[in-house]
Amino acid sequence: MTQQGVRWSADQVLALAPDAASRKAGSKLGTAGPWSETGSSNEGAVWGLCKGSGSTPYRTVADIGDAAGPAYSCTCPSRKIPCKHALGLLLLWSAGPDAVPEGTAPEWAERWLAGRRKRAAGRRAKAAGGSASADPEAARRRAERRAERITAGATELEQRLADLLRGGLAQAEQAGYGLWEEMAARMVDAQAPGLAARVRELGSVCSSGPGWPVRLLEECALLHLLDQGWLRREQLPEKLAATVHSRVGLPGSADGPAIRDHWLVLSQHDTVTSRLTTRRVWLYGTDTGRTALVLSYGAAGREPEQSLPVGLLMDAEVSAYPGAGQARVALGERFGPPAPTLCRPPGVTTAEAAARYGEALHEDPWLESVPVTLRAVVPVPDGDSWQLADADTDAALPLTPAARSRPGLWRLVALSGGRPVTVFGECGHRGFTPLTAWPQHEAPAVALC
Amino acid sequence: MVMTSAPVGASGSGIWEELVTTALLGTDRRALPDGVGGGPAPAALLDTAAVETVRRRAGLLPAPVAQRPRPASEDPRPALPAAAARRLAMLLADRSGTDRGGRRGPVHDLKGLLPQWLALANAHGYAPPPETLPALLDAARAHTDLRPAALAFAGPRARWLARLNPEWRFVLREAPAGGAGLPGPDDTDRIRQLWEEGLFGERVALLAALRDRRPAAARELLASGWTSERAEDRLLFLDVLRTRLGPDDEPFLEQALGDRSRNVRATAAQLLSALPGSALAARMAERAAACVAVDHTGGTPTLVVEAPHECDAGMQRDGVVPQAPSGRGERAWWLGQLLEAAPLSTWPGRLGGRTPQEIVALPVADDWQEELHAAWCRAAVRQKDARWARALLGAPESGGPGALSLAERSRLVETLDTDERAEWVAGFIAAHGLDEAFQLLEVCAVPWAAPLGRAVVDALEIARDAGSYPWSFSGVMGLADRCLDPAEADRLEKLVAVREVAQDAASARVEEHWAGEFQRLVTTLRVRSAMAEELRGG
Repeated sequence: MTQQGVRWSADQVLALAPDAASRKAGSKLGTAGPWSETGSSNEGAVWGLCKGSGSTPYRTVADIGDAAGPAYSCTCPSRKIPCKHALGLLLLWSAGPDAVPEGTAPEWAERWLAGRRKRAAGRRAKAAGGSASADPEAARRRAERRAERITAGATELEQRLADLLRGGLAQAEQAGYGLWEEMAARMVDAQAPGLAARVRELGSVCSSGPGWPVRLLEECALLHLLDQGWLRREQLPEKLAATVHSRVGLPGSADGPAIRDHWLVLSQHDTVTSRLTTRRVWLYGTDTGRTALVLSYGAAGREPEQSLPVGLLMDAEVSAYPGAGQARVALGERFGPPAPTLCRPPGVTTAEAAARYGEALHEDPWLESVPVTLRAVVPVPDGDSWQLADADTDAALPLTPAARSRPGLWRLVALSGGRPVTVFGECGHRGFTPLTAWPQHEAPAVALC
Repeated sequence: MVMTSAPVGASGSGIWEELVTTALLGTDRRALPDGVGGGPAPAALLDTAAVETVRRRAGLLPAPVAQRPRPASEDPRPALPAAAARRLAMLLADRSGTDRGGRRGPVHDLKGLLPQWLALANAHGYAPPPETLPALLDAARAHTDLRPAALAFAGPRARWLARLNPEWRFVLREAPAGGAGLPGPDDTDRIRQLWEEGLFGERVALLAALRDRRPAAARELLASGWTSERAEDRLLFLDVLRTRLGPDDEPFLEQALGDRSRNVRATAAQLLSALPGSALAARMAERAAACVAVDHTGGTPTLVVEAPHECDAGMQRDGVVPQAPSGRGERAWWLGQLLEAAPLSTWPGRLGGRTPQEIVALPVADDWQEELHAAWCRAAVRQKDARWARALLGAPESGGPGALSLAERSRLVETLDTDERAEWVAGFIAAHGLDEAFQLLEVCAVPWAAPLGRAVVDALEIARDAGSYPWSFSGVMGLADRCLDPAEADRLEKLVAVREVAQDAASARVEEHWAGEFQRLVTTLRVRSAMAEELRGG
């Protein structure tokens, strides 16, 4: 399905930009003016010379066909990746073969490309050779020690929850944030970041407005369930135990079998905290019908490096992380550059979407939401919120509180104009979060985040 | 819960309520609900609550649908070509982006391109990609000058959206672009109704639209309830009559000369004086002619000026303001008003059959020249008289016989037709450089005609060679960004290279700056030509 050498759309190129300033600077360089000796290869390499203010032009080369994701090289002094020249060059390339013809890479570009391919081959060989660590015995001992600390942490947390319930949740509201922060810090010490994050979450539930006691009890109960799951993990089925492991915060490794498919990039969105930017990319396997999640991280204030523009289709392998009901995968080798496509996932009704979430809870009771495509829904205003209503039934899914305040909501409403659209998003107990939409006629995806 | 919960059975939801109450008060104070398992009370509560939580979540059903909005009416215009849609998204992202441009920022920013882009897209008659409407409306909300073009482009779906989002209310207040939604000129009943019941903005829009197509009908509509309108409204309505002003409007305007409001009277007088055949114009011509004559007694014919001695009731009724601003002699003040309102066609006959050129060239006795020429300038502007404007402007190289102010000069230039205007300004720039050119350039048609564009680029090059600072020309550079014909990019390209002529660090920096400015200008021009190309390629 992926055609080699198909050019990306400019939107997809621009999605690679590390920030708005680069997007703007790159788009100014996306015209033929400053460029000379441009060319591209079928394998996804694009090169050219860009005239700047200096006397020698910059040599810019981009490789979007690389197995590890797009890579760039430019002789300009910018430290941004990709720099504006690389973006401008790819924009020019996206405009078609008039601007950037197909050809053979000049010597300077070929040197860089060859160097990259050699390193990539080296990496693959090393990966195939097995990643067994130097001392399996030491690793086992380390893991055991960590498990003991988590057990101690979970036990303490159970005690705290029991105290809390004995005194009543009303007290917790008065105790304020400090109570939870302190408890979370204890869980960090216990090397259980998953527990720590949930405890911190409890703190914000208290101040989340009307209905907080219900939400707090829910979250406390699920935390209790996770503690109990950890403490009795030996008695759990293997897959559920793996889910508990990852929920508690133990790093798993994506050692599932490689699944090769033509993966459609459904959405890409970032959640930013003071410490970390988390990028969630949802993929849809057009052959297997499987939906998978790729997570990548960037340190405070920096964008995660992995960028997958919405609407691209790529022939690639992924491998799943362990655990029942887990969608997370690691992106493995890519076979050829990603190319734009108009295909979209098949959709369901709102009732089916709600049922999917319910079924998924069988395997992972801590699940907040599941990825779902709604086939034909209309955004409907509902008081100060919005719903997505089936085009031909009387059922509707409310939007999550977070989705209501995003600018993407208005893009969705405008796209619909009161008529049905296809919407991909996350459906959970708090409602639906739209991430990408398609009009009913054949047209490219519209990213909503 | 956001979604409605599944009716899992009365006992199910009942037990959940009980659990929440007990949890809130504490197990020390309240007993566990019946049927909750053994063990220590808090753990038993949490066990049951966990089961209930997952059960409630798993059983969620969609909610019943609220009132569906009526679908937006279809936009019949063709969709934008893909490349143009992308450009639009980029321009809009740019606008909403932060304004941290600093010194170089605002002038060369792509921002200036959005109005041009919208004008081009509207000329082609394209419909916008719906998902860009929120950004477009946000831009129009923040920048009122963008609104007419943005809303014309946004089309029917923007009005549909505006009903759903209070932030975009302004869309509903603005008159629908191009008169869409207003009653047609033949729909007299609806016109009458809107005129009598509409909000002020709607009424102005209605009047303006009607005036454009049926000038007489608009005037009659206005006259129908004239005396009952408020003074401020009368003034603004009267202003609408400037469009397609004609001799038929005279009786109505004559009557408005007797208006209660002084501003209304003044406006009516101004409109009448722009009608050379009007009775007011004739009265003014008579008064003005009495003040200026050719004196042949000396060796050379000379203009002598005798300013009026009083401002009588007739003059006042014809819009002459008796009270002079402080610092001006009142006789000169009255004279200025008479000359300004008198038809310029009066003068060749009165002054010995001379052409405007010859009249302007005559010497003027007793220091009246400045007053006299300035009043004729105003008259030429008001009466849109290109012959007189040409005479008063003089040759572009000379800069005009009288001491024209920058504002007077640009307003006179505006009365010339497009080609002549560009040519005159090009000549002026060639002779005088860019220092005083900004206002003149502003009134030239966009894109600048070839000779004008060349003159500007040449003048910039001369300024650089003379070692001027580039930032002294930021205003002109900003205009060039928007108005220079993209075809000039090739010529500009030659100026981009930094020349190795600088003797010291400071002038090297200036040189580098010029190169940077030219580079930016070239880039913008290329973007503009790409923009036009994208919109053509549908």
